[in-house]
Amino acid sequence: MNNRVGLVRAVLADHGKLHGSAATISATASLYSAGLTSHASVNVMLALEDTFDIEFPERLLTRATFETIDNLLAALDSVLGAEA
Amino acid sequence: MSTASEAAGRIGSIRVGTDLVSVAEVQASIDEFGERYLQRVYSSHELATCRSESGHLQAHRLAARFAAKESVIKALTPSGGVTLRDIEVVLDPRGRPTMEFRGCAADALGLETILSHSVSLTHDGGYGGAVYAALVVAAPSGQRHEAAR
Repeated sequence: MNNRVGLVRAVLADHGKLHGSAATISATASLYSAGLTSHASVNVMLALEDTFDIEFPERLLTRATFETIDNLLAALDSVLGAEA
Repeated sequence: MSTASEAAGRIGSIRVGTDLVSVAEVQASIDEFGERYLQRVYSSHELATCRSESGHLQAHRLAARFAAKESVIKALTPSGGVTLRDIEVVLDPRGRPTMEFRGCAADALGLETILSHSVSLTHDGGYGGAVYAALVVAAPSGQRHEAAR
């Protein structure tokens, strides 16, 4: 699970265009407030799909899914399974 | 004769959304993710209408269309997940852009509540932009609860 957090932070660092460090931002902080744009969120989605070899289902393509790191982890849990 | 405020109450309200997208970021997404990016975000009609006469995709036109999709989402705050390619900019026979919603997007965006809507696209200075406005009937309070991407 910790590895999953690290991979999500790495994707955000590469594609999120955040104002601050993706490595240190709180898992509950708003990524949109930290600089994530709607277009960058698409890049984050595609990069997460590449990283985890998944495809986000339509039900998860909401603003809320990309709002925080915790929300992204919950979305990944729902696709991959919490113990994967 | 009803008052203006009574008439407005029956009609509902005007919703407006706007967005601005960097052309360079669209081009970077095309360069990095290629067809996956294009197929997840844009409809086949949009991709066809964003090609030059020589067949090359024009990132500035795609940026304006992305901005239009986000403008719709900002204005209508969908009730569930939405695939961006199902929010489509369609050119009418006179070349004017209009919005069409397909699949689950039509339900999530409340297509049945829209009385009229309009979109305007622009691109300049390295950015594509759009403004979307919709006249919608009033929905019961609490029915539309989540701002979705």
